[in-house]
Amino acid sequence: MGSRRVARMMGLLAAVGLLAAACSNASGGNSSSTSGSSSSSKQPIVIGASLSLSGDFSADGQAFQRGYQLWADYVNSHGGLLGRPVKLDIVSDASSPTQVVTNYQQLITVDHVNLLFGPFSTLLTVPSAKVAARYGYAMVEGAGGAPAVFQLKLPNVFDVSLPVADDLVPFAQWIASLPASQRPKTAAYPTSNDPFTEPQLPVAEKILQAAGVRTVYFKVFPAEVTDYTPIADQVASSGAQIVLLGSVDVPTVSAFIQAFAQQHYNPKAFIATAGPDQGASFVKAVGASNTEGVMVPNGWFPGYPNAQSQAMVQAYIQKWGGTPSDVNADVAEGYSVGQVLAQAVEATHSLDQSKIIAYLHSGVVLQSVQGAVQFDSLGENGKAAAFAFQWQHGNLVQVLPVGAPGSKAAEYPKPAWGG
Amino acid sequence: MASSILKAVIDGVLTGGVYALMAAGLTLIFGVMDIINIAQGVLVVLAAYLSYVLSTQLGIDLFVGLLITVPTLFVVGVVVEWAFIRRLAGRERTAMSILVTYAVAIIIEGLLIRQFSTDYVQLNAWYVDRSFRLLGLYLPYIYVFGFALAAALLAALYMVLYRTRFGRSVRAAMQDRSAARLVGVNVERVATLTFGLGVAVTAAGGMVFGATNAFNPNSGYDLISRLLTIVILGGMGSIGGALGAAVFMLTLEDVVSVVWSPTWSTLVFFAALVIVLSVKPTGLFGRAAARAQ
Repeated sequence: MGSRRVARMMGLLAAVGLLAAACSNASGGNSSSTSGSSSSSKQPIVIGASLSLSGDFSADGQAFQRGYQLWADYVNSHGGLLGRPVKLDIVSDASSPTQVVTNYQQLITVDHVNLLFGPFSTLLTVPSAKVAARYGYAMVEGAGGAPAVFQLKLPNVFDVSLPVADDLVPFAQWIASLPASQRPKTAAYPTSNDPFTEPQLPVAEKILQAAGVRTVYFKVFPAEVTDYTPIADQVASSGAQIVLLGSVDVPTVSAFIQAFAQQHYNPKAFIATAGPDQGASFVKAVGASNTEGVMVPNGWFPGYPNAQSQAMVQAYIQKWGGTPSDVNADVAEGYSVGQVLAQAVEATHSLDQSKIIAYLHSGVVLQSVQGAVQFDSLGENGKAAAFAFQWQHGNLVQVLPVGAPGSKAAEYPKPAWGG
Repeated sequence: MASSILKAVIDGVLTGGVYALMAAGLTLIFGVMDIINIAQGVLVVLAAYLSYVLSTQLGIDLFVGLLITVPTLFVVGVVVEWAFIRRLAGRERTAMSILVTYAVAIIIEGLLIRQFSTDYVQLNAWYVDRSFRLLGLYLPYIYVFGFALAAALLAALYMVLYRTRFGRSVRAAMQDRSAARLVGVNVERVATLTFGLGVAVTAAGGMVFGATNAFNPNSGYDLISRLLTIVILGGMGSIGGALGAAVFMLTLEDVVSVVWSPTWSTLVFFAALVIVLSVKPTGLFGRAAARAQ
């Protein structure tokens, strides 16, 4: 095979990549022919969203889709929005930051959707929020809570969830508050290079170092690592007494847990920024016996003591079956997006984007299945509360902040893997 | 640090064996048929799900389950070749194979999502999380078993290709399809069996992949880029090249990850790939070399 032939093969493989990106758009969800905000009262209100229905974020994207769908079902069964039914126009971005731009461009300029919901992840919210801002659309979203989103200082972005930079604060403060005899001496911070994970660890590290917890490992790894084993092995050989893992998905957490177990390395506490919140998906991946004591920060869990939240969990089970532990936080975040935008539409009695944006910036306190929502000038939810959850006996339970309503005692030190 | 580097080398070699197992079918199919099987990643995932079903529904051990999944994947390969690949002809056959196998990948992925949803799962057995101690290092059973399986299967594949009549037919078809026909080789039959064999080998790779990684139906996309990279580096069409390239790739990545930083491991690998292809455009064991083996 000559070099020309190799070059030709390379060209073909590059074409495959382009084809995959093009096809991912076509493989989207529901197309809509309804358009215009001045339609009659019986015409549906079309809400456009791009979600990661395939690719790296597919599990989260599909959970978000369920959250959006549950909210739409609820609204339509209760008289609709402004008396009109709601229709979702969801297309897939295949977890691609370039495809998500194309999708929102199409939703706005071709489909002429009335309202927008955000995509999944900070990585995709940043480019899509810019597109929405260009056309003056409000972008209410539930999974773009990293500083990278708010540093854009866009007037149209509103994140209904907890700002992620503070996610690990309850955990770090809890560790720092432990009696000196119980407090760990060392900590490891492996993290993927994702805008969701990277801002969280330095905040926690600062709190822990102030409490005398020495950093023995802090390394960033690419999101697309072929083999996690050497990274996890290095963490294990550092002997860190607690591990704070910056992860965006279940496979990353699963790979670390498997390597830790193989190395007979049992940290006193293990918290991952995402993955353990994925309910049954997490349990199936790591095995039930390895979940015990694993922690995750978040703003919501299936047992969240909120009437709207409980109703949503029941509606989820009625529609898709399973148990409350099958409902992950993405569903609640998606549902909250719908609730918040609906309250703005009903309050302004309008689909006018500028009125909606002004209302959301007015300081009004809104309600969602994740609790109260109030936006600051950057679109961050200042009312969101940070919690930490822990897997205990097969259930994800709230353990932090200590003494908060609903918090149970944390298992510390966590039992050995498989225990 | 020395023990960390030693561990990284061992990790790289063991994991490289697993990747070689997944890439072997891809390179075999290309070598004989000039078909770039983009569906290879999804076929790995399909194999992992078959092992998952046998393990969780019937309680069959992952390795014993290969007695069922390997023949099943062979049949899948034969059917795919008969239904989609055989109809490709002409000068654009290779280019068209990318589109056709991409379509096959989408079909399989869709069926898997329908059946299993996008929830992540992982294969489990007593040896998945356990390890044994050797020279002061913990070696995971699953990686050691997976490497042994890879070595055995790749050796068997080598024996089939170079010590059997069918193997001679395969190599004749690799060298010149027209000439092979002239000396009485049923090239179409060889192609069908080779495609089936290539996919069958994937069953073993899929099982080990599923035991070492959480996966869902979309996991094939990450895999295919890595597998293609291994096959290109090793030389398209070379089984030994796939093994050498996979071990080289994973060892290099793992050592860089430990000595320098995980951030640079992927970059260093691709830099090495570019350098190798600049010096030797056919890869480490390109087809010319493979044919001469």
